[in-house]
Amino acid sequence: MEALDLARWQFGITTVYHFIFVPLTIGLAPLVAIMQTAWVRTGNERWLRLTKFFGKLFLINFALGVVTGIVQEFQFGMNWSEYSRFVGDVFGAPLAMEALAAFFVESVFLGVWIFGWDRVNKKVHLACIWAVAVAVNLSAFFILAANSWMQHPVGARYNPETGRAEMENIWAILGNNTLWAAFPHAVAAAFLTAGTFVAGIAAWWMVRLARTKQPESVELARNVYRPAVILGTVVMLVAGVGVALSGDVQGKLMFEQQPGKMASAEALCDGEEAANFSILTIGDLSNSCEGVRHVLEVPGLASYLGTGHFSGPDSFLPGVNDVQEQYSEKFGATDEAGNEISYTPNLAVTYWSFRLMIGFAAGSALLALAALWFTRGGRVSDNKWLARIGIAAIPTPFLASSFGWIFTEMGRQPWVVAPNPTGIDQIRLLTMNGVSEVVSPGMVLTSMIVFTLLYGVLAFVWYRLMHRYAIEGVPRTVRDESPEAAGDDSDRPLSFAY
Amino acid sequence: MDLALVWFFIIAILWTGYLVLEGFDFGVGMLMSLLPRGDAAHREKERRVLVNSIGPLWDGNEVWLITAGGATFAAFPEWYATLFSGFYLPLLLILVALIVRGVAFEYRGKIADAVWARRCDIAIQVGSWVPAVLWGVAFANLVRGVQLDEAHQYVGGFWALLNPFALLGGATTLVLFLLHGAVFVALKTDGEIRGRARRFAGVLSLVAVLVAGGWALWAQLAFSVTWTWAVVVVAALGLVGVALTNRAGREGWAFGLSAVTIVAAVVLIFGSMYPDVMPGLDGGNSLTIAEASSTPYTLTIMTWVAVFLTPLVILYQGWTYWVFRRRLTVDHIPAPAGLTWKKIKESAF
Repeated sequence: MEALDLARWQFGITTVYHFIFVPLTIGLAPLVAIMQTAWVRTGNERWLRLTKFFGKLFLINFALGVVTGIVQEFQFGMNWSEYSRFVGDVFGAPLAMEALAAFFVESVFLGVWIFGWDRVNKKVHLACIWAVAVAVNLSAFFILAANSWMQHPVGARYNPETGRAEMENIWAILGNNTLWAAFPHAVAAAFLTAGTFVAGIAAWWMVRLARTKQPESVELARNVYRPAVILGTVVMLVAGVGVALSGDVQGKLMFEQQPGKMASAEALCDGEEAANFSILTIGDLSNSCEGVRHVLEVPGLASYLGTGHFSGPDSFLPGVNDVQEQYSEKFGATDEAGNEISYTPNLAVTYWSFRLMIGFAAGSALLALAALWFTRGGRVSDNKWLARIGIAAIPTPFLASSFGWIFTEMGRQPWVVAPNPTGIDQIRLLTMNGVSEVVSPGMVLTSMIVFTLLYGVLAFVWYRLMHRYAIEGVPRTVRDESPEAAGDDSDRPLSFAY
Repeated sequence: MDLALVWFFIIAILWTGYLVLEGFDFGVGMLMSLLPRGDAAHREKERRVLVNSIGPLWDGNEVWLITAGGATFAAFPEWYATLFSGFYLPLLLILVALIVRGVAFEYRGKIADAVWARRCDIAIQVGSWVPAVLWGVAFANLVRGVQLDEAHQYVGGFWALLNPFALLGGATTLVLFLLHGAVFVALKTDGEIRGRARRFAGVLSLVAVLVAGGWALWAQLAFSVTWTWAVVVVAALGLVGVALTNRAGREGWAFGLSAVTIVAAVVLIFGSMYPDVMPGLDGGNSLTIAEASSTPYTLTIMTWVAVFLTPLVILYQGWTYWVFRRRLTVDHIPAPAGLTWKKIKESAF
């Protein structure tokens, strides 16, 4: 394999891996903050127990998000230095802003939150977790600003002397309509992930305790876990609607901004009106249109997703062949080495990741409906199926997020910076021209093997810890450790220590 | 003033923040098996004193690195691209080290088990020793100059980075961070470990005068400009000051002065690099501040962001140092709160 392929694989592995931890962090931080707010406001211990329980799971997860995040920032320069040269004037700014405005806040205030239960007063301590919750979401905004610019470059000009993109208007970059569709989509998906996580674990616990028929266990199920199921379910429902609506807006933008991505999402070879949305398609992996055969179709739905029209001339969706023809004419049919450039993304990956994204998101919907039904009218459910659905649903939004990213990044190929159809044509970069020139395949292979092995071990540890701490349940006893309640005695052992 | 020059300063400030702050937590990490004494239970408690002395702080310290990296990308894309692709393998090692170290800090207490704690301690130590050396190697190469082609791509390969001057630079950061960590432990703990940290710092300050002094003189004579002599003098005075104040038991002063020494080292490094961000070997094909910088518009935006946010960061990060100011002793360390290994292995789902 060449350095290019290896660098792409490495980016895919490290980024998908990083984004296992990120959505849970983004969604769970505000949920823990809500639980703690409920405790501070009502003084009801149930919320403190839930805060401690989900807070611990949050921290186990957060640690891996932090350490794998540094790799993300470094690998642009390490593996993609030509990309970095081309976009740095534009792309670096949101990354630096993310560090200054978000990373500092989250890591500094999380430190106080972890160790500060008995050090700072209750309201300040609560403010710390809220600061973390806001910062992780702000972080998502800046990183999506950077990514959205790669999908739809705006606010920049092309400098023919240096051959590079230069920032012209920061507000255009932060106001990019691609960003304002992607940000709600990613954040809603993160809340869906966290809502499913909270509701799934709490539902399992509620059922488990209710089945013991012991009065105090049933009381714990009613008093502590049921409210958590309700909280998680409400979040899931709101977030689920948000994911669907923002996804719909994104689909229509994508149709305008990256027609090749939309066409390959549908494995649509030649453009047509009233294009059908296929649920199952059979094709070979040669990435040619010859072997593609749609088996199960919903009439006109693909056209609707892209254009808002089910039929008629406005419902025309271009196919990958149209895009190939148009781009070859506009951007050249061959690269510098004389090889023909394919402007078609990998059809199988794009097509299936799009469907798997949507399909897995439905896992949460199933849990939300089950939870609503089994807890109706104040019920504490002991139904085994609710527990099973709860556990089975937990991984689904993670998978949906992963496939969403695989879709949007693979669907942008062969571009790393996709040309903006209404922007400046020179601001575009083929992925193959973004890779580092001085880094040998051996070096990339080395780092890829190292990261993959290391990440594998860490995933194992992370899963074991999350799993075991989840089945440990809420703490049996909690106490108000705040200095105003417990007094400020500096000789006392730390309330929390590593 | 020229904005590119302003950003050269800001990048230097960010690296200063990083090396001063993470410098001591690298030091504490390296001291994990050097300082604790006594029977197994007591050593474990002392190791936990060390881990908890930086527990709430290390992650915030590390963000200075992420900010330095992001700011370099934003303000000097060419520098970022050349440096990160050129120093590929050292950066890979640093990344791996920082990953295992951070995870070990956070997960060490999650399982109450001696073997698990040992493994985490190994990760913490490897994760602290490796970057403590490699940052010095990397910066010494920037002082010395590296082999660049006409397109400012680094073409020297990995082994060329391990030249004697750079290796002495690695030894310098190693000793400085060890010393910085030891005076931090003396400042932040109480009991036997505090005394041991002070004695260790006393020995280290002498070693540091030799190693860091030797490297600074070499850098000054071979690669730098006249005015940085002043910085070398400040660094030397700083180290002598650490030795004296440490001996006198003025731990706050000792820590402050070891920080001053690290600041002086960064000034020496950036002062020698100026007006390049990536000096070429023997001055050939150097990448200058002007060539590497972003456009004035981008730099203006970033200046506003930095001017507004950096003081705020210093303020609230400083506040957390205040919140966790009290000295830790083995008596402050609670019983392990993690689950036992046996429980971890049970499965219930």
